[in-house]
Amino acid sequence: MTKQFVTIKGTRDGLTLILDDTCAFEDLLGELERVLTANDIEGDEPMVTVTVKIGNRYVTQKQEDQLRETIRKQKKLVVEEITSNVILKEKALQWKEESEVRLHQKIVRSGQVLEVTGDLLLVGDVNPGGKVVASGNIFVMGNLRGIAHAGVKGNKDTIIAASLMAPSQLRIAEVISRSPDHDTEGVPMECGYIDTSKDQIVMDQLARLAKTRSIMNAFERRVSHG
Amino acid sequence: MGEAIVITSGKGGVGKTTTAANLGTSLALLDKKVCLIDTDIGLRNLDVVLGLENRIIYDIVDVIQEKCKLQQALIKDKRFDCLYLLPAAQTSDKTALTAEGMKQMIDELKQDYDYILIDCPAGIEQGYQNAVAGADKAIVVTTPEKSSVRDADRIIGLLEQEEIEPPHLVINRIRNHMMENGDMLAIDDIVQILSIELLGIVADDDEVIKASNHGEPIAFQPNTRASIAYRNIARRILGESVPLMNLEQKEGFFDKVKKALGFR
Repeated sequence: MTKQFVTIKGTRDGLTLILDDTCAFEDLLGELERVLTANDIEGDEPMVTVTVKIGNRYVTQKQEDQLRETIRKQKKLVVEEITSNVILKEKALQWKEESEVRLHQKIVRSGQVLEVTGDLLLVGDVNPGGKVVASGNIFVMGNLRGIAHAGVKGNKDTIIAASLMAPSQLRIAEVISRSPDHDTEGVPMECGYIDTSKDQIVMDQLARLAKTRSIMNAFERRVSHG
Repeated sequence: MGEAIVITSGKGGVGKTTTAANLGTSLALLDKKVCLIDTDIGLRNLDVVLGLENRIIYDIVDVIQEKCKLQQALIKDKRFDCLYLLPAAQTSDKTALTAEGMKQMIDELKQDYDYILIDCPAGIEQGYQNAVAGADKAIVVTTPEKSSVRDADRIIGLLEQEEIEPPHLVINRIRNHMMENGDMLAIDDIVQILSIELLGIVADDDEVIKASNHGEPIAFQPNTRASIAYRNIARRILGESVPLMNLEQKEGFFDKVKKALGFR
């Protein structure tokens, strides 16, 4: 008997398809189609989510689409995700880019915007009317009186921390919070992050952050979340 | 070789022109040869504050467009031989002024004058850019109000991109009783936010308005709080170290300052 290219595992969360990573892609597609039609699911069953694991095989976008197409032909199957152990160098460099801490030493004044890819470490103030933007976390060693926008590409796990927190607005991903209408002095050593249960930004002392939450940089996040 | 200093603020009405007129007068009092340039085309008033309005024949646009020589447009002050004004145009097309033209003109003036003070228009558009183009240094004027501090911050950010020395700060129109009550921003807070060197503070004084309505800068008067403040700033520009004026003390303090200055 020849080696089997497709292994199906049933879990509580749906099906897991483990695809062989040494055979030719066409053979794999062929067998996938055969296996799925053979195990056709009956009409009344609910939709089943499928996780596809392709091991050490790198698939192009076109090949990935073919895989999805093949699986989707079975009306009851929904592709949740396709995971691979390998990525392109290009992508790895991009991850690295997005996970680096960018050190800046300046005052971001009214009307100025400081935008970085990755985490921002600013040694200096953000004045009222100034804005700092990062795809990762924002750490301000100084007074944050302007606007800070962390996780600008949609990452809700990011945080904003400042030596003196007195911002006019905090934004994390798409969530926005603004300062109260009455004048405030600002709070020393504070940070803001998204409370996922309420989907709004909450403030906390920086010292307590270690207990409630770990600061992941973009690289760790990527690896753990795929 | 002289030094060109632009006086700017971003926001209008904080006292740029008053500051320019009084610093020019104070520097002239200290025997420096000073040229004031008004770059607020269409809304000139440095000539009014100095009381020289009736002497204007040519203006800055005429010079740039080479309708007259630079020397012809310069107006000698009626009180000093060492103070001159180059007035702004009132009616001409303001696009006539270019950064390049300003630079050339100021370089020419620097040969003859110790200090060239450039009075900048409000805003951050072309007028501001022209005014800053030829400057070596900048003085940012603000008042203890949030809006003017915000605009000063913006201007400082823009000035930092120019090839000039870090700007210095003048806080104008300080009302001591409001500051004490906390109804106005405190000097320390303003300096902390703007984080540039403080060149001087000027108290709000009715005399300033009176004097400028008479076409006579307050700095001429020997004993008002504002005139002393302006003269102190002028001395700091010359490199002297003069302590900041204590706003709380009244009469006795001024007598001391008078003695220290050795008033004429």
